[in-house]
Amino acid sequence: MSNALLLLGCPESPVQTAIALYLANKLKRDSIDVTVAGTRSAIALLKVSDPEGNYVSETVDLDSCIENLAEKKLDFDLCFVFVYNDAGISYLFTLSSMSDAKLFAIVFGSDADAFASMIDFECEKIVYKTGHNPVPLKRRIDQVMVWDA
Amino acid sequence: MGCIEQMKYEVILKNTSFKECREYVKKNFKEFYQVKPGYRMFDVYLIGVPPVLIGVDGDDVVFPYTKPCYGTFLLRIRGEAEIESLRKG
Repeated sequence: MSNALLLLGCPESPVQTAIALYLANKLKRDSIDVTVAGTRSAIALLKVSDPEGNYVSETVDLDSCIENLAEKKLDFDLCFVFVYNDAGISYLFTLSSMSDAKLFAIVFGSDADAFASMIDFECEKIVYKTGHNPVPLKRRIDQVMVWDA
Repeated sequence: MGCIEQMKYEVILKNTSFKECREYVKKNFKEFYQVKPGYRMFDVYLIGVPPVLIGVDGDDVVFPYTKPCYGTFLLRIRGEAEIESLRKG
Protein backbone atom coordinates (compact mmCIF):
# COMPACT_ATOMS: atom_id res chain seq x y z
CA MET A 1 0.00 0.00 0.00
CA SER A 2 1.42 3.33 -0.96
CA ASN A 3 -1.30 5.95 -0.88
CA ALA A 4 -4.54 6.81 0.85
CA LEU A 5 -7.40 9.25 0.44
CA LEU A 6 -9.22 10.77 3.38
CA LEU A 7 -12.55 12.07 2.10
CA LEU A 8 -13.99 14.51 4.58
CA GLY A 9 -17.62 15.49 4.92
CA CYS A 10 -19.27 18.47 6.55
CA PRO A 11 -16.92 19.72 9.30
CA GLU A 12 -19.80 20.37 11.71
CA SER A 13 -18.52 17.78 14.19
CA PRO A 14 -15.12 18.52 15.77
CA VAL A 15 -14.37 14.80 15.76
CA GLN A 16 -13.71 14.85 12.02
CA THR A 17 -10.65 17.11 11.99
CA ALA A 18 -9.12 15.41 15.02
CA ILE A 19 -9.56 11.94 13.53
CA ALA A 20 -8.36 13.04 10.10
CA LEU A 21 -5.10 14.37 11.59
CA TYR A 22 -4.71 11.26 13.74
CA LEU A 23 -5.24 8.98 10.75
CA ALA A 24 -2.93 11.03 8.54
CA ASN A 25 -0.18 10.73 11.13
CA LYS A 26 -0.73 6.99 11.52
CA LEU A 27 -0.64 6.43 7.76
CA LYS A 28 2.42 8.64 7.32
CA ARG A 29 4.27 6.61 9.94
CA ASP A 30 3.53 3.56 7.79
CA SER A 31 5.03 5.37 4.76
CA ILE A 32 1.64 5.80 3.12
CA ASP A 33 1.12 9.09 1.22
CA VAL A 34 -2.03 10.84 2.34
CA THR A 35 -4.29 13.06 0.25
CA VAL A 36 -7.22 14.77 1.93
CA ALA A 37 -10.29 15.82 -0.04
CA GLY A 38 -12.98 18.02 1.43
CA THR A 39 -14.98 21.19 1.32
CA ARG A 40 -13.16 24.51 1.60
CA SER A 41 -14.02 24.75 5.31
CA ALA A 42 -13.01 21.18 6.09
CA ILE A 43 -9.64 21.69 4.39
CA ALA A 44 -9.15 25.07 6.09
CA LEU A 45 -9.68 23.46 9.50
CA LEU A 46 -6.96 20.93 8.70
CA LYS A 47 -4.53 23.51 7.37
CA VAL A 48 -4.95 25.77 10.37
CA SER A 49 -4.34 22.82 12.69
CA ASP A 50 -1.39 21.56 10.65
CA PRO A 51 0.19 24.74 9.23
CA GLU A 52 3.52 23.18 8.31
CA GLY A 53 2.01 20.10 6.72
CA ASN A 54 3.49 17.74 9.28
CA TYR A 55 0.53 15.38 8.95
CA VAL A 56 -1.18 16.22 5.67
CA SER A 57 0.99 17.00 2.70
CA GLU A 58 -1.64 17.14 -0.03
CA THR A 59 -5.18 18.46 -0.11
CA VAL A 60 -7.65 18.53 -2.95
CA ASP A 61 -11.02 20.11 -3.56
CA LEU A 62 -13.82 17.57 -3.11
CA ASP A 63 -15.40 18.13 -6.53
CA SER A 64 -12.03 17.88 -8.32
CA CYS A 65 -11.32 14.66 -6.49
CA ILE A 66 -14.66 13.15 -7.53
CA GLU A 67 -14.09 14.28 -11.12
CA ASN A 68 -10.62 12.70 -11.28
CA LEU A 69 -11.85 9.47 -9.72
CA ALA A 70 -14.81 9.30 -12.12
CA GLU A 71 -12.52 9.85 -15.11
CA LYS A 72 -10.06 7.24 -13.77
CA LYS A 73 -7.26 9.81 -13.68
CA LEU A 74 -6.74 9.06 -10.03
CA ASP A 75 -7.14 6.21 -7.58
CA PHE A 76 -5.81 5.14 -4.22
CA ASP A 77 -4.91 1.96 -2.36
CA LEU A 78 -6.91 2.97 0.69
CA CYS A 79 -9.86 5.31 1.04
CA PHE A 80 -11.39 6.55 4.29
CA VAL A 81 -14.77 8.24 3.93
CA PHE A 82 -16.05 10.27 6.87
CA VAL A 83 -19.79 9.80 7.34
CA TYR A 84 -21.60 12.20 9.64
CA ASN A 85 -24.82 12.77 7.70
CA ASP A 86 -26.83 11.52 4.73
CA ALA A 87 -24.49 13.29 2.32
CA GLY A 88 -21.61 11.29 3.76
CA ILE A 89 -23.45 8.08 2.90
CA SER A 90 -23.89 9.35 -0.65
CA TYR A 91 -20.17 10.04 -0.97
CA LEU A 92 -19.34 6.62 0.48
CA PHE A 93 -21.52 4.80 -2.06
CA THR A 94 -20.12 6.97 -4.84
CA LEU A 95 -16.55 6.12 -3.85
CA SER A 96 -17.48 2.45 -3.70
CA SER A 97 -18.79 2.70 -7.24
CA MET A 98 -15.82 4.63 -8.66
CA SER A 99 -12.73 3.42 -6.87
CA ASP A 100 -10.85 0.16 -6.50
CA ALA A 101 -9.41 1.27 -3.16
CA LYS A 102 -9.89 -0.71 0.03
CA LEU A 103 -12.70 1.28 1.55
CA PHE A 104 -13.15 2.33 5.18
CA ALA A 105 -16.30 4.06 6.43
CA ILE A 106 -15.69 6.20 9.49
CA VAL A 107 -19.20 6.72 10.80
CA PHE A 108 -19.81 9.04 13.75
CA GLY A 109 -22.32 11.49 15.19
CA SER A 110 -25.67 10.92 16.88
CA ASP A 111 -27.07 8.90 13.95
CA ALA A 112 -23.97 6.75 13.48
CA ASP A 113 -25.73 3.42 14.01
CA ALA A 114 -28.53 4.27 11.57
CA PHE A 115 -26.07 5.36 8.89
CA ALA A 116 -23.88 2.31 9.47
CA SER A 117 -26.88 0.04 8.94
CA MET A 118 -27.39 1.59 5.49
CA ILE A 119 -23.98 0.39 4.31
CA ASP A 120 -24.81 -2.85 2.52
CA PHE A 121 -21.63 -3.40 0.52
CA GLU A 122 -18.26 -4.72 1.55
CA CYS A 123 -16.17 -2.19 3.41
CA GLU A 124 -14.53 -1.80 6.80
CA LYS A 125 -16.91 0.05 9.10
CA ILE A 126 -15.47 2.07 11.97
CA VAL A 127 -18.51 3.25 13.90
CA TYR A 128 -18.98 5.18 17.11
CA LYS A 129 -21.84 7.39 18.22
CA THR A 130 -19.81 10.46 19.13
CA GLY A 131 -19.76 14.03 17.93
CA HIS A 132 -17.32 15.70 20.30
CA ASN A 133 -15.01 13.16 21.86
CA PRO A 134 -12.69 11.54 19.30
CA VAL A 135 -11.10 9.03 21.70
CA PRO A 136 -13.60 6.14 21.26
CA LEU A 137 -13.32 6.46 17.49
CA LYS A 138 -9.53 6.58 17.73
CA ARG A 139 -9.61 3.32 19.69
CA ARG A 140 -11.74 1.68 16.98
CA ILE A 141 -9.30 2.88 14.33
CA ASP A 142 -6.37 1.41 16.24
CA GLN A 143 -8.17 -1.95 16.34
CA VAL A 144 -8.91 -1.95 12.62
CA MET A 145 -5.77 -0.47 11.14
CA VAL A 146 -3.34 -3.29 11.46
CA TRP A 147 -1.48 -3.77 8.21
CA ASP A 148 0.18 -6.93 6.95
CA ALA A 149 3.33 -4.98 6.18
CA MET B 1 -20.37 21.47 -8.46
CA GLY B 2 -20.82 25.19 -8.51
CA CYS B 3 -22.05 25.23 -12.07
CA ILE B 4 -25.42 23.67 -11.18
CA GLU B 5 -25.95 26.32 -8.55
CA GLN B 6 -25.48 29.01 -11.20
CA MET B 7 -28.16 27.49 -13.43
CA LYS B 8 -31.88 28.15 -13.26
CA TYR B 9 -33.23 25.32 -11.14
CA GLU B 10 -36.30 24.38 -9.15
CA VAL B 11 -35.96 22.58 -5.84
CA ILE B 12 -38.57 19.80 -5.75
CA LEU B 13 -37.42 18.21 -2.46
CA LYS B 14 -34.93 19.48 0.10
CA ASN B 15 -33.29 17.87 3.14
CA THR B 16 -34.30 14.60 1.61
CA SER B 17 -32.73 11.17 1.21
CA PHE B 18 -31.77 9.18 -1.85
CA LYS B 19 -34.55 6.72 -1.16
CA GLU B 20 -37.12 9.51 -1.13
CA CYS B 21 -35.70 10.99 -4.34
CA ARG B 22 -35.86 7.59 -6.02
CA GLU B 23 -39.45 7.02 -4.90
CA TYR B 24 -40.52 10.51 -5.97
CA VAL B 25 -39.03 10.13 -9.45
CA LYS B 26 -40.58 6.67 -9.90
CA LYS B 27 -43.98 7.85 -8.73
CA ASN B 28 -44.17 11.15 -10.59
CA PHE B 29 -42.45 10.64 -13.93
CA LYS B 30 -43.27 8.10 -16.60
CA GLU B 31 -39.83 8.43 -18.15
CA PHE B 32 -36.83 7.85 -15.93
CA TYR B 33 -33.37 6.40 -16.22
CA GLN B 34 -31.14 4.55 -13.82
CA VAL B 35 -27.50 5.68 -13.68
CA LYS B 36 -24.50 4.89 -11.52
CA PRO B 37 -23.00 7.37 -9.05
CA GLY B 38 -20.43 9.40 -10.94
CA TYR B 39 -22.70 9.81 -13.99
CA ARG B 40 -21.77 13.06 -15.75
CA MET B 41 -24.50 15.63 -16.29
CA PHE B 42 -24.24 19.41 -16.77
CA ASP B 43 -20.44 18.94 -16.52
CA VAL B 44 -20.67 17.58 -12.98
CA TYR B 45 -20.49 14.06 -11.60
CA LEU B 46 -23.54 12.94 -9.67
CA ILE B 47 -23.05 11.78 -6.12
CA GLY B 48 -25.46 9.23 -4.80
CA VAL B 49 -26.61 5.91 -3.49
CA PRO B 50 -27.33 3.50 -6.34
CA PRO B 51 -29.60 3.15 -8.17
CA VAL B 52 -29.66 6.87 -8.95
CA LEU B 53 -32.84 7.71 -10.84
CA ILE B 54 -33.10 10.66 -13.22
CA GLY B 55 -36.59 11.65 -14.30
CA VAL B 56 -37.48 13.29 -17.60
CA ASP B 57 -40.41 15.70 -17.78
CA GLY B 58 -40.74 17.55 -21.07
CA ASP B 59 -37.43 19.35 -21.61
CA ASP B 60 -36.48 19.07 -17.93
CA VAL B 61 -34.40 16.54 -16.04
CA VAL B 62 -35.16 15.78 -12.40
CA PHE B 63 -32.24 14.45 -10.40
CA PRO B 64 -30.73 14.22 -6.90
CA TYR B 65 -27.98 16.67 -6.02
CA THR B 66 -25.90 16.38 -2.86
CA LYS B 67 -24.03 19.09 -0.97
CA PRO B 68 -21.78 17.89 1.89
CA CYS B 69 -23.16 20.29 4.51
CA TYR B 70 -26.72 20.65 3.25
CA GLY B 71 -27.70 17.12 2.29
CA THR B 72 -29.58 15.98 -0.76
CA PHE B 73 -31.97 17.95 -2.95
CA LEU B 74 -34.13 16.82 -5.82
CA LEU B 75 -33.72 19.41 -8.58
CA ARG B 76 -35.44 20.16 -11.86
CA ILE B 77 -33.34 21.82 -14.59
CA ARG B 78 -33.96 22.31 -18.30
CA GLY B 79 -31.60 19.94 -20.06
CA GLU B 80 -32.38 18.93 -23.62
CA ALA B 81 -28.84 17.72 -24.32
CA GLU B 82 -28.82 15.72 -21.07
CA ILE B 83 -32.13 14.07 -22.00
CA GLU B 84 -30.72 13.11 -25.38
CA SER B 85 -27.68 11.52 -23.69
CA LEU B 86 -29.92 9.62 -21.25
CA ARG B 87 -32.10 8.30 -24.09
CA LYS B 88 -29.06 7.18 -26.06
CA GLY B 89 -27.88 5.28 -22.98
